[in-house]
Amino acid sequence: MRRIPKIPRLLQAVLVVVFFHAGFVLVFDYLLAQVIPASLLTMYMFFVVVGVFMVFTFTEDSAREMVAPIKALVEDPSKRRTRNVVFAIVPLIAGGFAYNHMLPRFEAPLELRSIHPAPPSSVKIGDKRYNLLTLENPFRETETQDPERFAELVAEGAAIYIANCQYCHGDKLDGKGPYARALNPTPLNFQDIGTIAQLQESFLFWRIATGGPGLPDEGAPWLSSMPVWSDFLSEDEIWKVILFLYDYTGHRPRAWEQG
Amino acid sequence: MRTAPTTSKRLRRAALIALAAVLLVVGLGLTGADIAGFGPGTALAQDVADAPAYRPAPQPGPGDYPRVAGVNSRVVVWLAAQLHLWFAAFVLAVPIFVLIIEAIGMATRDERYDKMAYEFIKVSITAYSLTAILGGFLLISLIVFYPDLMGYLAGIFKDSMFYYALMFFVESACLYLYYYGWHWLQGGFRKWVHLTIGLMLNAAGTTLMFLANAWLTFMMSPDGVDIAGALTGGVWEAMHNHLWNPINLHRFIANIAFGGSIVGAYAAYKFLSASSDAEKAHYDWMGYNANFIAISALLPLPFAGYYLAAEIYAYSQQMGITLMGGIFAWLFIIQAVLIGTLFLSANYYLWCGMGRSDGAARYNKYVKYLAVVIIGAFLVWFTPHTLVLTNEELKALGGPYHKYLGPLGIMPAKNTAVNVMILFTSLSFLMYRRANKIATVSWARAGNAAQAALFSAGILNLLFLGIYHGYFTNTAYKVAASVPQVLTTLIIIIASNVLDSFIYRGARQVAPLHWGRIPDRAQYALFLLAVAFTWLMGLMGYIRSGIRQHWHVVGIMRDNSPEAYTPTLGYAANVVSLGTILFMAMVIFVFWLSQLGAVRTDAAGFWKERGA
Repeated sequence: MRRIPKIPRLLQAVLVVVFFHAGFVLVFDYLLAQVIPASLLTMYMFFVVVGVFMVFTFTEDSAREMVAPIKALVEDPSKRRTRNVVFAIVPLIAGGFAYNHMLPRFEAPLELRSIHPAPPSSVKIGDKRYNLLTLENPFRETETQDPERFAELVAEGAAIYIANCQYCHGDKLDGKGPYARALNPTPLNFQDIGTIAQLQESFLFWRIATGGPGLPDEGAPWLSSMPVWSDFLSEDEIWKVILFLYDYTGHRPRAWEQG
Repeated sequence: MRTAPTTSKRLRRAALIALAAVLLVVGLGLTGADIAGFGPGTALAQDVADAPAYRPAPQPGPGDYPRVAGVNSRVVVWLAAQLHLWFAAFVLAVPIFVLIIEAIGMATRDERYDKMAYEFIKVSITAYSLTAILGGFLLISLIVFYPDLMGYLAGIFKDSMFYYALMFFVESACLYLYYYGWHWLQGGFRKWVHLTIGLMLNAAGTTLMFLANAWLTFMMSPDGVDIAGALTGGVWEAMHNHLWNPINLHRFIANIAFGGSIVGAYAAYKFLSASSDAEKAHYDWMGYNANFIAISALLPLPFAGYYLAAEIYAYSQQMGITLMGGIFAWLFIIQAVLIGTLFLSANYYLWCGMGRSDGAARYNKYVKYLAVVIIGAFLVWFTPHTLVLTNEELKALGGPYHKYLGPLGIMPAKNTAVNVMILFTSLSFLMYRRANKIATVSWARAGNAAQAALFSAGILNLLFLGIYHGYFTNTAYKVAASVPQVLTTLIIIIASNVLDSFIYRGARQVAPLHWGRIPDRAQYALFLLAVAFTWLMGLMGYIRSGIRQHWHVVGIMRDNSPEAYTPTLGYAANVVSLGTILFMAMVIFVFWLSQLGAVRTDAAGFWKERGA
């Protein structure tokens, strides 16, 4: 029986890195049909390479075995031809990589956006000032005290939502309304665990009431097309919509532990 | 031989007097006149009663901030504060673990511990004067560039500031006695006296840190003042503000981890420049202990950090969101990467260290599995909530949210990942400890099975708490679930170590441990640990201070200086990096200085010959 030749250590390391890279692309881009962003894949792969380096070099024997081909390439006189070829190719690859990165592109540059900008401590809407640190949904208590009234309020909130919000945020509250594809930044997906489930109701009130123009300066540039809903909805209507958002998605507003 | 008892008696008397004096001053410093330092009806109390009421906070305009031509006052204060803090953290931390190591040496009568403890404190003694110099520079910079703020803070904290200054005498006295008296105070009662001085040194150092923490946390979460900033409650209320204790706890633990990493870098420096095997063996052992100290403190650090962040959020949703969801969120991604780097460096050092014994080869095959889990947890740990997407990716995803990676961006996933990382790091340590031993107890197999069960059950519990409470309950439970997660991790670490010590009681040694037999790569891992810690502290220090945004004292005293804006992330990262380079350069200078005392140059022919 023929023995399978042992794969050199350096090649093993390279294959492991390639395996992880292909794995990420295969799983996310094809199996789950949710592309893995290039920026994140770069970060992931950097630390995969670090991990592979750690595993392949923590013993002296393994480290020696892994760097042996590189050492031989640099030091062995018999490998002169290969060395010259490699030394010519590597700078060319690096140059090509740098050139490609420096080429002007038509695509808009990447933007670092914060999904949840920090709210001010208070906000003035019309003639009234609201303290966002203490503001609470006046209808929230009906959830436990008067469930029938609560259901009515949620239904009213749903009607307001369907009449005003679903065009962008979608009838399933998943951010995929009919107009959503035309907007950048795209409307929020309330079903996502990372949006309203992380926030207090006062935050939602502030965002809905003041819309894109009410976003704070600190997080510029803000391009949100969210309207200033306090121009169109009453305070109570906004609170009812908020009840509906949480009720439909099954999320709970952020709450503090009872001290 | 009559002099010996007399000296001993004198020494005892002197030690007792010193102890009483120091305790008195420490006591005064701890209590302070603003807390309970004087009684009603005394002349002092009458003076205070007659004193005018506290003034509101000044509101300086842009012209009220003195300028020095060509100097950016914010960057100067920023760097001075950061450099002072790095050195202060180091000199406060070293005596804590030096005292513990000295006590271990005393209990085990193993002189190696005593020598190592002495070498650690020797490194910190040069750093002590640098701490003081930088502290002085910081104070002068603050008074020059921000006179109104300093005036306001001094008006409120005048007593504690005064006793803070006095405490330096106590700390210096203790430190010099502790260091210079090391070889003098050896054996029996003298050793007890020495340990007591070490304890007092730590009490003084920790008190100093707590006092300074009170002032900076007052700027973040002011208490005891009205809306205009005039003191209405007691000074104690202003000191004991919402964030004081969370910062105290976080800094205390972080200082130990940081101090451990810096002395680890010192050991690595000495190891790499060692000229004999004996020297290499000594510094390898020292590096191992330093790494152990750093990691022991690093393990609970994420919990203390989470407690601090949760308290910041509880104090102000605005500050909380700015911290982790708003403009500073991207710096938190760098923070996550650096924390992961700490864990990776520490694990790599442990794995390399297994080469010290030939018996470790049995465990080499498991390292890859540990690496897969640790790297996997690390990837989850730094996955951002808001992804950086190209327009094409945005279109392909149908929005800024990733269905599968998005949920990894929020705290329940992070908490679970960091707990798993901590558990597997402790597993690396258990494996390292077993490297050269074979258990001889009859129930070793059952013990191993119990350990495996303990880890499996613990990890399942972590996943259940993280996934169920993190994603399917409301935020009160989400935050609360982190507590049982922490407890699970701590219980597993403690229980598995206790169990391990019983399993390996009277164990047979497979092969001897060769100190010094470790690759140079492992020493660079120690350096990386120190650099990553330093950079991390600088970055988080900026964020902690930066979340005040345009306020000197949040909601009370506005910062109207020309530099009151929040700088870009790149600019902030550059300043922190510059500070890190300056600090590391100074630390290498300290390392070099600490060995300079032993260098002798033979200047033959330079000095005039003297006849016999």
